[in-house]
Amino acid sequence: MEKYLEMEKFSKRIRKETLKMLLHRGFGHLGGAMSIVETLAVLYTRMKVDPTNPKLDDRDYLVLSKGHAGPALYSTLALKGFFDLELLNTLNNNGTLLPSHPDRNLTPGIDMTTGSLGQGISAAVGIAIGLQRKGSQRKVYCIVGDGELNEGQCWEAIQFAAHNNLNNFTLLIDENKKQLDGTTEEICKAFDLAKKLESFGFDTRRVNGASIEEIDKAISVETEKSPKCIVLDTIKGQGVEYFEKLKANHHIRFTEEMKEILKSEIEKLDIE
Amino acid sequence: MAKYELENQEMRKAYSSTLDEMINEDKRVFVLEADLSEAISTNSIAKTNKKNYINCGIMEANMIGVASGLSLVGDIPFVHTFSPFATRRDFDQIFLSGAYAKTNIKILGSDPGIYTQHNGGTHTSFEDIALMRTIPTATVLSISDTTMMKNILRQIKDIYGIHYLSAIRKGSYKVYNEDEKFEIGKGKVLREGKDITIIACGIMVVEALKAADILEKEGIDVTVIDMFTIKPIDKELVKKYSKLTKGIVTAENHNIIGGLGSAVAEVIVENTLVPMRRVGVEDRFGQVGTLDYLQKEYKLTAEEIVNKVKELL
Repeated sequence: MEKYLEMEKFSKRIRKETLKMLLHRGFGHLGGAMSIVETLAVLYTRMKVDPTNPKLDDRDYLVLSKGHAGPALYSTLALKGFFDLELLNTLNNNGTLLPSHPDRNLTPGIDMTTGSLGQGISAAVGIAIGLQRKGSQRKVYCIVGDGELNEGQCWEAIQFAAHNNLNNFTLLIDENKKQLDGTTEEICKAFDLAKKLESFGFDTRRVNGASIEEIDKAISVETEKSPKCIVLDTIKGQGVEYFEKLKANHHIRFTEEMKEILKSEIEKLDIE
Repeated sequence: MAKYELENQEMRKAYSSTLDEMINEDKRVFVLEADLSEAISTNSIAKTNKKNYINCGIMEANMIGVASGLSLVGDIPFVHTFSPFATRRDFDQIFLSGAYAKTNIKILGSDPGIYTQHNGGTHTSFEDIALMRTIPTATVLSISDTTMMKNILRQIKDIYGIHYLSAIRKGSYKVYNEDEKFEIGKGKVLREGKDITIIACGIMVVEALKAADILEKEGIDVTVIDMFTIKPIDKELVKKYSKLTKGIVTAENHNIIGGLGSAVAEVIVENTLVPMRRVGVEDRFGQVGTLDYLQKEYKLTAEEIVNKVKELL
């Protein structure tokens, strides 16, 4: 379908711009940025947003609770036209508008400041309940990491969302199976996240987090009363083979060899 | 000369009835609770203004996040829980989803310090003011009576940002007439005397007035200031009275570390360098007890203020 081809192209551009940005900076949270690229491509194709008016009242909202994936969101916003692509090269510069973790007061298109893990879902459900009480039809999305779900506050917010029938709220869990110190299996097993969310009262499905079509179909589901959850089966470093295989790929300081690999990966994305 | 009398209306009724009125006038006002509606009397709002009432359950961290989200869509959330849970429990949430993210949240921490009474040490906060004072841009207020509560609630509705109010739940004394005006950031001079200045907040304002009466009988004239805004502290007033009188005594229902006494000391050290004493909790934890027992145990009494005043003369 043409729609999916467009989203596919968009995701490649997001991946390319994010890799370029990180290469330019020389270090960064590559792993967790890569694993949500396809999801961001789908979201920012579907969401009602206005790059010329980032604070548009009548918009859909995204809270990137896993704030360290900020660079992927910055690329997405730049490609949507919220700001110049050039700005991406200022990632983490002194005085930049693009800090490692999203800041709603600095960057056009960022809906909520995040980075202290575990707080994003609460803010997102706050937005959702505010919109619900106003009778608004706007949608609220929140991307959370599977490692981030270690934080107890996430489960408070999840229970709260289901209790309040927030059918305008969709939680996207980036299940890339790794956190900073190792695999989630080693650090603190998550067990079956889809089952967990379902038992909390969410309308839940598990999809291949690299499949534009599966993500899009899951997002398009409408529910009457319950909030939705999409568990994204992803790989940390997704779409960049070398970094997918690299064990410690949460935050990477690139060696000369890695820089060469990044350059060729970026070129590949150009050709495609 | 300022007087104080027993108050009929409880502080919690002043809080809940004012919020109810405010919602009737402005639908952006939201009331958030963490399963303490009954304790603070906002349970009536769940009936009168159901749409603007959210009980978050026992989830203080989530409640602050939800409040930040509400503020992002233009609402004005007033959240309440007991003071330790309103500050210690969710400090990072208030710091980040609140102040750092520049959202608009009004927080009431109720039953601070010895007012916990039979809930004891686990529920006692002698550090709520200290914690909130370190959050950049946050305004920190200690409410001394119901008139002030009603007035301040209406004011902070219209001032964007993080406001923390520390207040008891059940009324004790009345210090102000119903038509009294308050300016956030300006202390209230309740009584003027040439010898020493007592700067108090919250429940200690009445103890300061009692101390002034005791001292007057002994021929000592003190100034009494209700410093209800602890941050930003009224520097000019502190400087003025530290020059007009021979010394400063602060009095607070809080640890002497980090609260009103510290805030006043910071002004004095950088400016007038007059002698100073602090009445407050001397770096201890809370415990169960009746109010009069705890008041004596932690030396939060008019007599202790009198002692400290005399030390400076």
